[in-house]
Amino acid sequence: MRYIEPHGHMVSRTTDDYQAMAMAGCQAVSEPAFWAGFDRSSVQGFYDYFCQLTQHEPRRAAMFGLPHYTWLCINPKESEDIKLADEVLSIIPEFMDSPNVLGIGEIGLNKNSRNELTVLEKHIDLAACNDQLILVHTPHLEDKRKGTRLILDALKSDNRIKPERCIIDHVEEHTVGMVLDDGFWAGMTLYPETKCTANRAIDILELYGNERIWMNSACDWGISVPLAVPRAAQEMKRRGINPGQIDKVIYQNPIEFMSQSPRFIAPEGK
Amino acid sequence: MAKQKNILDLYFLDARARLIDIAAFMDRVDRAGGGDDFRYDAFCAALKALDSGKPDRAGEVLLAFSDPTDEPIPAATTKAACGAWSGADNV
Repeated sequence: MRYIEPHGHMVSRTTDDYQAMAMAGCQAVSEPAFWAGFDRSSVQGFYDYFCQLTQHEPRRAAMFGLPHYTWLCINPKESEDIKLADEVLSIIPEFMDSPNVLGIGEIGLNKNSRNELTVLEKHIDLAACNDQLILVHTPHLEDKRKGTRLILDALKSDNRIKPERCIIDHVEEHTVGMVLDDGFWAGMTLYPETKCTANRAIDILELYGNERIWMNSACDWGISVPLAVPRAAQEMKRRGINPGQIDKVIYQNPIEFMSQSPRFIAPEGK
Repeated sequence: MAKQKNILDLYFLDARARLIDIAAFMDRVDRAGGGDDFRYDAFCAALKALDSGKPDRAGEVLLAFSDPTDEPIPAATTKAACGAWSGADNV
C-alpha cells in the first residue's frame, strides 16, 4: 500500500507517528497551518509557527524519508480579531516562496461570523494575487452546512478563483454534493467522532465516485488517528473495492491536486 | 458496490452494538432526568430520519443537527461547536 497524508498537523505529533506512517506506506505529508489549541498572543507567535512549518518540520519528516509540504494562513478560529489577522496576513508573503509551501490554508470559517468571513475573503485575495492553491477548513458539527455554503459562495464570487485549484476539506454527507457539484475538490477527514468514519467515507465514495476527492487523518493535538488513511484503505479492501480504485483515492488523487503547485514533487512511480 | 449480504455480513453486529448503545444512552438520560436540553431535542428529532425510508438517512441526520440559517452571525463568542444547533435565540 502507498498513500499520501494530505492533511496532518505533524507539529503536534511524535516521531513514533512519523515512523508508523512511513511503515504503513506514507509517501509524503502535507500540513496546513492550524490553531494551536490556544490563541497565539501576537503576530510573532505566527512568525515562529511559519518558521516551524517551513524549516524545522520538513527536517523532522525527512528523518523518516517523508517529503513535507505545508500551507499558510491564520486559522479561522483566530480570525475574530481582524487586526491580528491583518498582521498575520502581512507576513505570509515572506514565507510563500519557501520550497515546501503549496498554498494558502487551512482557511475557512469556524462559527460563521462576519469577521471570520472578512478574513476568509482576505485570504482568498492573497491566494488569487499570488496564484496559490487553496485548502479550506469547513466548520464543525452544527455549523458545517451553513459554513460550507458561505465558503463556496465566497470562493465563487471571486472570478480569479478556479474551483479545481481549491480543496474543501472535512466534507460529510450533507455537504459533499454541493462541493463537488460546484467543481471543487472535496476532502474527507477520518475522525473517530466528530467528522467521517472510514465506513461513511467509503459510502460517500460509492455514492459520489472517486474523482476530485481524497481522504485524510487531520491528525493533530486532539483525538485523532495518524494512520486513519491506511486503516480506511484496509476497510475498502474488506468491502471488495479493487486495489486500483483504492490507490486512486489515497495516492493518485492527492498527487493530482497538489501537482498543480510547481513546488510539489510527485513520489516515484506515480 | 458490495452485495447486500456482504454488507450485512460485514456490518450487522457492529450496527447492532451501536444501536444498543444509543438505546442505553437514552435510558441513561432518562434516569438522570436530563432530557430537557436542546441537544437531546435535536437527537430525538434526528432519530426520525432513521425511519424515513429515504436513501440519504445519514445526510438527514446531519441536517437535523445543523444550523438551518444562511446569514453570518454578528460575532463569534466561542470557538467550540457542541453538535446541535441551539436555536436563533441563543446565537
